[in-house]
Amino acid sequence: MIEARNLHKRFGETLALAGLDLEVAEGQVFGMLGPNGAGKTTAVRVLATLLQPDQGSARIDGVDVLAEPARIRARIGVTGQYAAVDEGLTARENLEIVGRFNHLSGRQTQLRANELLERFALTDAADRVVKGFSGGMRRRIDIAMSLVARPRVLFLDEPTTGLDPRSRLAMWDLITELKQDGMTTLLTTQYLDEADRLSDDIMVIDLGRSIAQGTAAELKEQVGGARAVITTSAPVDDVVRAVGDLAKPAATPYQDGETVSIAVHRTTTTPDLVRRLDTDGIPVTEVTVTTPTLDDVFLTLTGHHAEVEDDGTTAGNTLEGVH
Amino acid sequence: MTTLAGESATAATPDDERYEPKTGPLWALRDSWTEAVRHLRIIPRNVELIMFATLQPIMFVLLFNYVFGGAIAGVENYTQFLLPGVFAQTVLFGSAFTGIGLATDMEKGYVDRLRTLPISQSAVLTGRTLSDFIRNLITFTVMIVVGFLIGFRFEGGIADGLLACLLLLAFSYAFSWIQALIGLSVKSVEAANSAGFIWMFPLTFVSSAFVPTESMPSWLQPIADANPFTKVTNAARALYGGLPAGDDVWISMLWAIGITVVFSFLAVRKFTGSVAR
Repeated sequence: MIEARNLHKRFGETLALAGLDLEVAEGQVFGMLGPNGAGKTTAVRVLATLLQPDQGSARIDGVDVLAEPARIRARIGVTGQYAAVDEGLTARENLEIVGRFNHLSGRQTQLRANELLERFALTDAADRVVKGFSGGMRRRIDIAMSLVARPRVLFLDEPTTGLDPRSRLAMWDLITELKQDGMTTLLTTQYLDEADRLSDDIMVIDLGRSIAQGTAAELKEQVGGARAVITTSAPVDDVVRAVGDLAKPAATPYQDGETVSIAVHRTTTTPDLVRRLDTDGIPVTEVTVTTPTLDDVFLTLTGHHAEVEDDGTTAGNTLEGVH
Repeated sequence: MTTLAGESATAATPDDERYEPKTGPLWALRDSWTEAVRHLRIIPRNVELIMFATLQPIMFVLLFNYVFGGAIAGVENYTQFLLPGVFAQTVLFGSAFTGIGLATDMEKGYVDRLRTLPISQSAVLTGRTLSDFIRNLITFTVMIVVGFLIGFRFEGGIADGLLACLLLLAFSYAFSWIQALIGLSVKSVEAANSAGFIWMFPLTFVSSAFVPTESMPSWLQPIADANPFTKVTNAARALYGGLPAGDDVWISMLWAIGITVVFSFLAVRKFTGSVAR
């Protein structure tokens, strides 16, 4: 549904996109994960016909983005980082204006506006001016506006940035619902849990190019997958023997004090381990199976953390945000 | 209840005509009107806006007339002399809203939304200048009414009076396009505000709008005489006053058309060209 090849974009000194490739299948939620300045917004802007790349090509729904931007615009819905709603208009008027811009008939526009107001729980606020709305409500109208023309592809650029936790959860539900309806969505986020929770496929992006791609599980596997962490007074060799084929063939166990850590197969559970250790009579005080977080993935791949600090800067990354 | 994305999200094929943009001059006109309606709709519900939009021109008319009126010698009927200048300046200043409005929409990300809609791209600008024209028309009407209350008349007859009004509005519309280009070129609303107004002060004051140019220092006088704003003020003054207008009417009309053509071209090119900001 979305294909991009070798996208390059430079802003002065900053190389915002450095040969980005991506492919999103129909009906998929594709998560683009990266810190501020990684090039996520630039990529979305190129695909949404807002920005001309220096190099590369892209197609959406079989249409060439660079050659036929007008046909692309008839197929996409875009919600940027800042709610692009007209504050002077009511929620309903905002939807109706977009309907008219999409050349729907007056009646179609009206029906669609009502439908979306209801689905987005905005019916009560429908005829109030947007100026007084909360951040979460604005974001909902913003997304509703992007859906008026029933787009083939939806772009959501950091849809939860700046939202309170409750609105954030509501947004997650909304994206999940859209996916159930078959919407192809390209989602950018700097939150690992968000990408993990919503996306079928995740691309980790840093300095304008993809550094890893796969499902959340596959990405975690890349960094070494699951590990058994066993706290015991028994010698390491005995523990390794007891764990047996639950451990990966070439796994090297680490010992740190009374804690032994061994790489195990992804399907291994804590009860499996306990049973084996118990059979061999190994005294244990604690057994856990840990899977790496996406932050571990990010750290392994880039050498710096992905999580954003409270002040909005990214640890270990000094690039300015490119928006 | 239908689903969020609609049944079409999966049922539609790439060839579905719904996903083919409707283009052509008629759709472009409709898009412009939709964009104009977006701006005009807020006018009736914004009481403050109406108040200031009408109070300011009223204040201008009254202040200039009663404060400076008596002090400026050499003009017989100062009300009849002054008001065309006040009208001209006020409608010209009204054009600054175009740049400020565009800069605001850009800052808030609304322009990005418009750009991703299947509309004629130039409609974003034509719609904006159209709504500002209508807003200016409202302001202008208020001023004319106040003018009539304090003794201003269409002494040259209704037709010439209306022609003068049209000329001033055309001039203001032309300047909307200069302001549009400014609004698209600056990086913030504040910059659009100052960059939009600052040059209009010398333009309107170094002219025949408030005082006869003969009263200016000799080095300034030729500048004032050549100023297109002098031309349009003189043309309006002659038409309102029933005096011979000479070449001023068609010269100022040419200015209005020329500015509109050149700056609408530049502004649309700026808008549809480089999108990076």
